[in-house]
Amino acid sequence: MRKQRQFALGILVVIFSASLMARVFAPAPYARQFRQSPNAPPSRQFLLGTDELGRDRLSRILVGSQVSLLLAPAAALLSTLLAALVGGVAGTLGGWWERLAMGAADLFLSLPWLFLLLTVRAMLPLNVSPLLSVVITFALLGSLGWAAAARVVCAGARGLRTSDFILQARACGCRSLRLLIKHVLPSLKPALYAQFWISIPVFILAEANLGVLGLGVAEPLPSWGNLLRELENYRSLLADPWLLAPLVLMVLVVSCFQIIIPLEDFPS
Amino acid sequence: MMRRCFQLFLMVCLFLPNLLAQRGGELRFCLRAEPKTFNPVIVTDEPSEIIRYLTGGVLLRVNRQTQQVEPELAVSWKILQQGRKINFKLREGLSFSDGTPFSAEDVAYTIRTLMDPALHSPTADSFRSSAGPVKTTVSGTYRVAITFPAPVAGLERLFDQVAILSSRSPRREMAVLGPFFTAEYRPGAYVLLKRNPYYWKRDENGESLPYLDSIRLEIQQNREIEFLRLERGQIHLIDRLDPEFFDRLAAESPSSVHDAGPSLNSEQMWFDQVPTSPIPAYKKVWFESRNFRRAISESIHREDICRVVYHQHASPAVGPVSPANRFWFNAALKPHPFDPRGALRRLEEEGFRLQGGVLRDRGGHPVEFSLITNSGNKPRELMAAMIQQDLGQLGIRLNVVTLDFSSLIERISQTFDYEACLLGLVNVDLDPNSQMNVWLSSASNHQWNPNQKSPATNWEAEMDRLMRAQASVIDAGKRKAYFDQVQQIVWEEAPFIYLVNTNSLSAASPSLRNVSPIVMLPQTSWNAERLCFASQTARSQP
Amino acid sequence: MWIQRIARNLLVILITVLLGGLLGATLVRVAPGFGVDEQLLDARLSQDSIQALQHSRDAERNILLFYARYLAGVFHGNLGVSHTLGRPVAQLLAERLPVTFYSVGIGLLGGWLLGLALALPAAMYRFKAYDLSSTLLSGLFLCLPSAVLGIVFLFVGGPAPLAIALVVFPKVFRYARNLLLQTYALPHVVTAQAKGLSGARVLLWHVLPPAAPQILALAGVSLSMAFGAAIPIEVIYSSPGIGQLAWLAALGRDLPLLVNLTVLVTVLTLMANTASDLANVACTSQPQ
Repeated sequence: MRKQRQFALGILVVIFSASLMARVFAPAPYARQFRQSPNAPPSRQFLLGTDELGRDRLSRILVGSQVSLLLAPAAALLSTLLAALVGGVAGTLGGWWERLAMGAADLFLSLPWLFLLLTVRAMLPLNVSPLLSVVITFALLGSLGWAAAARVVCAGARGLRTSDFILQARACGCRSLRLLIKHVLPSLKPALYAQFWISIPVFILAEANLGVLGLGVAEPLPSWGNLLRELENYRSLLADPWLLAPLVLMVLVVSCFQIIIPLEDFPS
Repeated sequence: MMRRCFQLFLMVCLFLPNLLAQRGGELRFCLRAEPKTFNPVIVTDEPSEIIRYLTGGVLLRVNRQTQQVEPELAVSWKILQQGRKINFKLREGLSFSDGTPFSAEDVAYTIRTLMDPALHSPTADSFRSSAGPVKTTVSGTYRVAITFPAPVAGLERLFDQVAILSSRSPRREMAVLGPFFTAEYRPGAYVLLKRNPYYWKRDENGESLPYLDSIRLEIQQNREIEFLRLERGQIHLIDRLDPEFFDRLAAESPSSVHDAGPSLNSEQMWFDQVPTSPIPAYKKVWFESRNFRRAISESIHREDICRVVYHQHASPAVGPVSPANRFWFNAALKPHPFDPRGALRRLEEEGFRLQGGVLRDRGGHPVEFSLITNSGNKPRELMAAMIQQDLGQLGIRLNVVTLDFSSLIERISQTFDYEACLLGLVNVDLDPNSQMNVWLSSASNHQWNPNQKSPATNWEAEMDRLMRAQASVIDAGKRKAYFDQVQQIVWEEAPFIYLVNTNSLSAASPSLRNVSPIVMLPQTSWNAERLCFASQTARSQP
Repeated sequence: MWIQRIARNLLVILITVLLGGLLGATLVRVAPGFGVDEQLLDARLSQDSIQALQHSRDAERNILLFYARYLAGVFHGNLGVSHTLGRPVAQLLAERLPVTFYSVGIGLLGGWLLGLALALPAAMYRFKAYDLSSTLLSGLFLCLPSAVLGIVFLFVGGPAPLAIALVVFPKVFRYARNLLLQTYALPHVVTAQAKGLSGARVLLWHVLPPAAPQILALAGVSLSMAFGAAIPIEVIYSSPGIGQLAWLAALGRDLPLLVNLTVLVTVLTLMANTASDLANVACTSQPQ
């Protein structure tokens, strides 16, 4: 198991550093349109071929990973922390606090957040810097995505409220906040890890959908989400398998994230 | 003797398929959205228009192929008083799809219903060149006269959009005079049209039309799926085929695809010139400068766009009228050339300077602006990215923002909080009078600066004068002269920067006969009454 | 006691639904593009018609009044009329709910079966190779955009519910795997296994009870996940269900339709979550 973890960690480090140094590693400028060779197959000049506008796909994947690898895990972390906070506090305190928090979680699951995102877009200037736009997008995703996990965490915390070791901790005079952080949350790690791991690809894909509304990355910046939209042209997938490169890379990264979390880390 | 028999036998075999080809079968194609109404007088969206075209009987039809007006329900017509009055003599002995007889009373009823001011029908508004009531006079079972408050330019062509309702039928607007009638509607799934047994038209051999038994309009938004269904034989026609699908299908089955040449549609971009818009003052100065707009136009590589985005199924556009509009196109005009050096010279005339790869204006501001366009339109998004690179060569930084359509419309017609916009124009009408509200400075569709109290510039004042002039004369030649001048002004001043005219691409199953795709909509089903299948064993599996 | 609990829950549901409807309506009202119609770009329209068009949604501009009128209408069974489709909302919902219930129901069931079927062996046997391959498989389906999944499925002729199941199962799998792994590591389970109890007995009597609260909570929220997945899938399959309706309503800023859909989704979410809460209470009050 250790070897597997180390290997996965190694892959992640390589991909991370490649993404940070993307503009150095990239064979051609990611935005440059080679208009004489759109949709070209892989060749020495274009290792993964070109897209519809003749832009080098490999460069775009590398630069796109900057956005997706750095911001998506950050947003996932945000949503997991919010879920831990809301769910944990609600489950530990119980009573009306729990009802209020879970009612809020249910509302968060049901409201049409699309309109909030549209409103945010309308409030931003049209010439907003791409960095700001994409940071705001992921911050929004992170702050809206906690509700489902919060419910699961709350149910778990509720179950622990009456368990032996919590009663013992209370008997020793442990205060609620300490109780929460030191004793309750560690037992809820499985749900929190699951939430974190699931959120990364979900947010990467959501960013692409938000690109449709004017949020997310702006042309010519690529992101894995909008590179994956190329796959909608399913017919070419059989003819041009190199189109699957961003998908393969994303599955690899997402799997590595899971492998590095050790199984032994689930305390009783 | 035997030889003659054999020859006769051969001839019969050769012609029999054609003889057998004539009747029956169900045509299937897709509507790209849910139809909003089956009432022909309040039709505004495309799917409802398609249904109206196939089911509605009109007094005069613009033949989509020849672009000429032809008699339909009206045997003859006469325009009087410079376009204020029109007399119709109607065809006798016709009935609606439920048997109710057709007479001039129905025409009067339709016009009264259509022209009801509370209805706000766009079809009615095309007739309303000024306020006032529209009078209909029935003078006999088959004679009717319609009088308008003011002369209407191109009056007869407008009747192509007016489907006649029955004044007496218990089935109200569902009783129709067209080749098909609406038999079934399953919301979200399909609309089924069946042959109108009372349809009056016959072909050259005296056979009653239409040849088809029914038409099934499947409701399908996704174009990939629509294309898939065509390949599988589940549908028979696709209008407005995407260039990418065209190429795919052309490789598999060349006889299925048709490129009818440039359509009437164009893609264009324009700058916000509204004085009260919330954009910075120095940017307003740029957008109001003719040299700036012309420079932008001349730095966009239209040929590249035609090649890369549309796979050569488009051509650089000249102006609001495409060459497909044979009569009204001003053939003296050519598209703005691709001339980055000339563009830079124009900009330098206005005080712009290219320093260190960044273009700056007189005040030292770097030239940077945003271009909004609607999401969900792949070619437009690609075009915006190409324009971004082209302008980048001039040191201009373009920010492309895709918005959902409602947000975009709000910005361009209510808040004016935008800088440049890229959209397409779908032209259904050949007559430029239908574009009156685009060229009049006081109108709402004068997109770059709508609803002006008085014309903001000399050239807009001149365009106002020319448009009013062309609307007030009947003689087509004189009208053309006026409108040619309007096109010339638009070419000079570039309030709209016209990019490309897309081609009319369509696909039709090889099992269909009499398909002749054209430029105007509906491209392949314009002669639905004459479409038929090549053999009775045509695939009719759902 | 149970009746009191249920009554209290129903009250909370009612208040939350009313609040949800109002908040949803406010979000739609405040968002850009409200009251704007595509028809404004039709050059044939006269000035009068354009004015009429721009004022056609004036009745909805005051959101509180609109909501009050809407609630009053609900008591008479009138849910309003949709702008985009021109038909009574009640009729639209009645036509389209069965379609979505069917596909979401089957999709959820399939997703859970698949998720649990993959998670149980992972927790029970802990083979490294199995763990790795199941991680890759669920990762693959998590990374595929729903649009791509839907299109590929339609291409091969798969039914929409299966596509929804494939979107739901990775999430169920991940949570279930983690929770079960944790539970299998608990001392009393280890003891039970050491004592030689059969796998099935260990699972049913010693593993599921402690894991039940979180798994039941997951079941409750998976309904929302499935509805979320249903929207793009229904749009691709052109399936006339609630998902497609929600999509059309959002594009057209159709307030009457959107308010009803928000209320509907809130009601269903709350019912699912309340049911799982009650089930939790029922489970945990069993003697250990």
